[in-house]
Amino acid sequence: MPAASIGRARGIEVVLRLISLGLLIAAWWLGSHLAGERLLPDPQSVALAIIAEARSGALAFNLGVTLARVAASFVIAMALGTAFGLVMGRRRAADRLGDPWLVALLNLPALVIIVLAYIWAGLTESAAIAAVALNKLPIATVTVREGARSLDPGLDDMARVFRMPTWVRLRHVVLPQLAPYLAAAARSGLSLVWKIVLIVELLGRPNGVGFEIGTAFQLFDVTRILAYALAFVAVMLVIETFLVQPLERHVSRWRPRKA
Amino acid sequence: MSPAGVPGRLEVRIKQKLYRAASGGNLHVLGELAFTLANGEVAALVGPSGCGKTTLLRIVAGLDHDYQGAVVLPQGCRLGMVFQEPRLLPWRTVEDNVRLAAPQVSDGALSALFGTLGLAEHRRHFPGELSLGLARRVALARAFAVEPDLLVLDEPFVSLDAALADRLRAELIELVGRRPVTTLLVTHDVEEAIGLADRLLVLSASPARVVADVPVARPRTSRNAEEVAAIVSELARRSGA
Repeated sequence: MPAASIGRARGIEVVLRLISLGLLIAAWWLGSHLAGERLLPDPQSVALAIIAEARSGALAFNLGVTLARVAASFVIAMALGTAFGLVMGRRRAADRLGDPWLVALLNLPALVIIVLAYIWAGLTESAAIAAVALNKLPIATVTVREGARSLDPGLDDMARVFRMPTWVRLRHVVLPQLAPYLAAAARSGLSLVWKIVLIVELLGRPNGVGFEIGTAFQLFDVTRILAYALAFVAVMLVIETFLVQPLERHVSRWRPRKA
Repeated sequence: MSPAGVPGRLEVRIKQKLYRAASGGNLHVLGELAFTLANGEVAALVGPSGCGKTTLLRIVAGLDHDYQGAVVLPQGCRLGMVFQEPRLLPWRTVEDNVRLAAPQVSDGALSALFGTLGLAEHRRHFPGELSLGLARRVALARAFAVEPDLLVLDEPFVSLDAALADRLRAELIELVGRRPVTTLLVTHDVEEAIGLADRLLVLSASPARVVADVPVARPRTSRNAEEVAAIVSELARRSGA
């Protein structure tokens, strides 16, 4: 495809996205006028609420706290999930041993894990983070296990013949093969983790977006609820665009590009 | 694992190798099979397809320990291997593929190797951007870059067109000539075997045994059609006997 038509295609894409966003805001506006300001405040008042919270510094503080919790539990869940998934995908005995645990964890409702974590470990930061990580862990494990099962035995033989050290083998032979599975686990994981973090904050933390939304709920303050929710969605969108997508592009740079 | 060996000498003494089939039951892949390669000797394993040549190479390379017998590798053996498929890491460049297998290789040695194999301008390319012939060359470069004491080649030129296979064979001869290395080569092409090896080990159908051990007297560079014809008829005579 020549450069000019690529540019035009991109331009159309951007216009379509803007139209889509415009329609959403228009629908919001209309809904607000039909349902009334109390049930659904209009976009303008939500924007003003965001600005007011940002001025006071509360927005940045709460977003930061929540984001730190998301990051901590995400990293823990991904690291452990990758390790467990690799071992379970490679060793039959480990798979047999771990599978019942995995099924149990997968089917345990998030709320149960959170409540039990708070009861057993108290209303602490580590209990909160552990509860979120534990919710994400089985899904990461299952995804990576699938990847570990499909590792190329030919490349494994090659690495053994040339006596590559374990670390080299992991970094250059195994992880690149797992990259699509890790990306899938990270994508679904990030959105899941931040939703669960909000519940954890609602139930047992004195700060963060979830706590603010909980307070707003008690006061029936829909404007505030929307202000915090939208601000956090925006933050996650930024992370997706400027962190996750460039990382994916870097990891898949060796794939022959389609014309 | 293997007891300590003599520098450059490969000793293979296999009693038998059974392969457990997925359908149940055992497949007798290798029978009683023994040979020794002296330092710097190049031996070609020739035999009907499916006779267990690749299995034998996997045992020699230490990828398969489930057999009866013993394999004594050269002392302090560094192994270089070229598989049937190039088996490169698609997500690493040509140069990185070689360096990961041979971290000790010097810049000069690497440049010389890439020069000989015509890879100089492909260093930064990814394997997906290479033709099969080029990918095979990278696999050869990787095996030589480790400066092996034992080189194992499993049909390294299969599914290449004749002209390209000839060029690669010539490059292999040049590399082996530059730095003598004990080499075990599998091929089903007798002429290729005669062109490359000092010695042909002819294997029977499965369960494989060595049915003939034929030396190739003349130096690699001066082998001609006449020599090839003589050895082919010798092989025919022996397998008739």
